[in-house]
Order: sequence, then structure tokens, then C-alpha cells
Amino acid sequence: MTSSLNRTPLYDRHEELGARMVEFGGWEMPVYYVGINEEHRAVRARAGIFDVSHMGQLEVTGSGAEGLLRKALASDIDRLDEGQAQYSFLLNEKGGIIDDLIVYRLPDKTWLLVVNAGNIKADFEHLKAFKHRGAVVTDISAETAMIALQGPVTLDLLADVWQKKTPAPDTIKPFTIVERMVAGVPCRVARTGYTGEIGVEIMCAADRAGDLWDGILAHREHGVVPSGLGARDTLRLEMGYPLHGHDIDAKTTPIEANLGRFVHLGREFVGSTVLDKQVAKGVKRQLVGIQLLDRAIPREGYAILKDGVKIGTITSGTLSPSVDRGIGLGYISPVHAAPGTTLQVDIRGRERDAEVVPLPFYKKES
Amino acid sequence: MAEESYPADLRYHRDHDWVRADGDEAIFGITWHAQDALGEVVYFEPPAVGSHVDADSSYGSLESVKAVSDVIAPLGGTVTAVNDKAVESPELVNEDPYDQGWLIRVKLDDPSLVETLLDAAAYQGLL
Repeated sequence: MTSSLNRTPLYDRHEELGARMVEFGGWEMPVYYVGINEEHRAVRARAGIFDVSHMGQLEVTGSGAEGLLRKALASDIDRLDEGQAQYSFLLNEKGGIIDDLIVYRLPDKTWLLVVNAGNIKADFEHLKAFKHRGAVVTDISAETAMIALQGPVTLDLLADVWQKKTPAPDTIKPFTIVERMVAGVPCRVARTGYTGEIGVEIMCAADRAGDLWDGILAHREHGVVPSGLGARDTLRLEMGYPLHGHDIDAKTTPIEANLGRFVHLGREFVGSTVLDKQVAKGVKRQLVGIQLLDRAIPREGYAILKDGVKIGTITSGTLSPSVDRGIGLGYISPVHAAPGTTLQVDIRGRERDAEVVPLPFYKKES
Repeated sequence: MAEESYPADLRYHRDHDWVRADGDEAIFGITWHAQDALGEVVYFEPPAVGSHVDADSSYGSLESVKAVSDVIAPLGGTVTAVNDKAVESPELVNEDPYDQGWLIRVKLDDPSLVETLLDAAAYQGLL
């Protein structure tokens, strides 16, 4: 590891827990503590606690904040009441995804954007470049930490560390955010996540992150386990959630990425003309879920074939711990994109049978 | 996961493979260090029985959730058996890398080359 990598305020906790550390988006992060599969299964069955402090937080304030976000974001922020959140995108003029993010409408005319670790600087510069009057963009990433608690026991566990005399954690609706004391630490608690499970993402001051982490892990009786980026990746991939820099980037649009439902068209925003055109005329390629029929794992960069002809490329792939199949995302022509279509993936020189499947790959039994 | 160890009765290849030789018969596997670096093994793709493996070349692959790794043959020979248990339960490579987690059995082209491989101390010196 080189010393130029950033470390989160929880780095010492990860070391003490014996985590295997890797570089991710310029950060030295735990990929797993015990093992990816075990942590993945713990999140699906009970709960996992993740350090996601590497993610960026940008605050947008001032009288021009809304005006800036109406132009810069592909979702319609006017649909948000105070305390509500949306999944959204920063697009370039060609409709390409500079970053995907969650926008939160906070009290006091403050907006919070939670962005990908590797894109913090690019997003900040992009927003500043609008030079929108009255809009102040502040990068608060360095002063803040974020912990994700994800899994079916999340709200029960949270109740044990919850601020007294406030509505219980289970009153927080999905895609909303509240300010609460959690384990004695002032926090912003959002019902959001990247795993497909019930869960929260909890933001606090960087220097209180250790107290929050320890406070939650003091309640191991709920079955919560520290979980790394490895499980975070397999969990999100089972849900078909894209990862920026892999499944989506500045050269792909939300329409191509099959994320059109998060975009609110009929408004003018950066990239909207391209998206309007793609919706009207169709796209040349489309992100689909691909599940292997053979015992094999698709990986990023592997060719997708139909009758021996390359029709696309895998952008993310793994063995799904829940489905016990090789799964992947990739772009192919809409001609081949219907679920049930059989195709092949070139796995190190061998053509393996696969099929297009509807997303998510994993559906919770209810 | 197994405890870290490098048995003294084995010979080692710098690419983190071990050999248990008995005359011109030998068993190949990967070291504790290799399985630890790979993480939980989820697939073992073995060579065909009867095929020839070349020294210092890949004879199969091991995959963890995160990565694929070629397995390198420490010596040349003809594959006489594949550990089907490791194919069915690849986690054996993590749990017991030197015994139940063996990968293939070969008939060596030149058993005298076993002596050119590293002993446990020399291999550990590389780690």
C-alpha cells in the first residue's frame, strides 16, 4: 500500500478487526474481515455494518441552490419535500453519467449530495462550473463519516442505540432522512442503501465515527457483522445496481443503463435533449442482467457473444452468493435484450452459455 | 480457514504451488499463502485427465468471488487424476490446502527435477 491513499476515520477499527485492505477510488478500504460470502449472507439474513466514509458529501446551499440542482440533476428535485431523497445523476451535455448519487433535501434550504468516492473532485468542479448565482457548493467529505447498517434486523438494532423520546427507527420511511442522536452521536440517518435490504446510511462528524461504529457493534446480539467492500459489491450486483466507472460512466446515459425510471424528462437539464431523443427513437445498446447457465463466472471485460459474434461486453460480474450462479451486467443491442434470450460469454477462451434475465438477480422471499 | 503453514515434506514453486512427490508420481496444490491471497475459492477449473501440463505454465484456474487466478504447474507431466472433491467443494482449497485441497495428480516427465524446486524454508524466504 502506498501512503498516498486516503484513510477513513475508522481505519484503526478495520486493522484491529483484521480486515484485508484494498485500494478503492483512491482509498484504503476493507474488502472483507472474515470472508465475502459470510458477510454477504449475514447482510441478507441479519445485518452488516459497512464503513462507507470514502463516499463524498457535497452540500448545496443558498438562494440559488434549487436553481442549480434543477439544471444539474436528471431527477426533478421539486418532487422532494424536506427530509426526502432521490437517486439521481449528474450528466454531461451528451447525457453521459458524470456520477450517480443520492440527493437529500434537508431542513434550512440545504441540499446534500452523496456521491462516489472517486468522483468527489469531478462532481464538485462540475457543479462549480455552472457559476450559478446564489448557489454555494461545499465539499464536506473530509469532515464527515458515513456508516451503512444494512439487513433485516437493522431497525431493531437501531432502536437499541436510538435517541430517547423520538419516533422509533421503524417510522423512518425509505428514501427519507432525519437528524437523530445515534449511540450518543449527532447523526443524519437516511433510509437508503446499496444492498437491496432494509437499511440505513448514517452520517456523522469524522471525529465521532469511532463512537458510532463501536456503539452499533456493542449490539452484536442482533447478529450484525462488520462487512467489507467485497460483500457490498456482490450485494449490489445481485440487485442489479450499477457501479459508476464500471457499469455506467461519462459515455453511457441513464436510458442506455436502463435507469430511465429515475430520470424526470419534460424538463430542461444538462443532457436532457439527448435523453429525450433516446426515449423517442430508442437506444443502440442497453444494460441487461446476464446469468450463466454453465458453472462459470463472468468478469468485467469479457465478451458477450450471440452465435459466435461479439454483441457486447460484461461490465461487472461475480458469483452470486444468494443465487449460486455466475451473474453479470453488460451492454448489448436491444435486439437481444429480452429476458430469456440465450447468449454466450467468452470466459477465458471458452464460450459459456448464459441468458438474459430480469433484474434484480436476487428476489427476497417474503 | 486453515492456519498458516508450509510443511517441510513438500517442495515449492515460486508461483505459490506445492508438490508432494513419490517417485515419478506427484500431487500438485497451492500454498497457504496463495489461497489466503485469493480469498474464498468458489470454482476450480481442472485440466483433463490424460492431458499434459508444462512446467511454469497454467494448468487450470481457481476463482474467488473477486478474482480469477491461474494455477501454475511446478513441473511437467501427464495428468492422471483430478481432485473431484475440490471441484465439487472448492472451499477445501482454503480449509485444507495441503491435504484435502490438493488439485491434480501427475506422472512426472522427469522426477529428478523435483530437487530443483524450493524447500519450505527457501519458499518462505520469498514471502
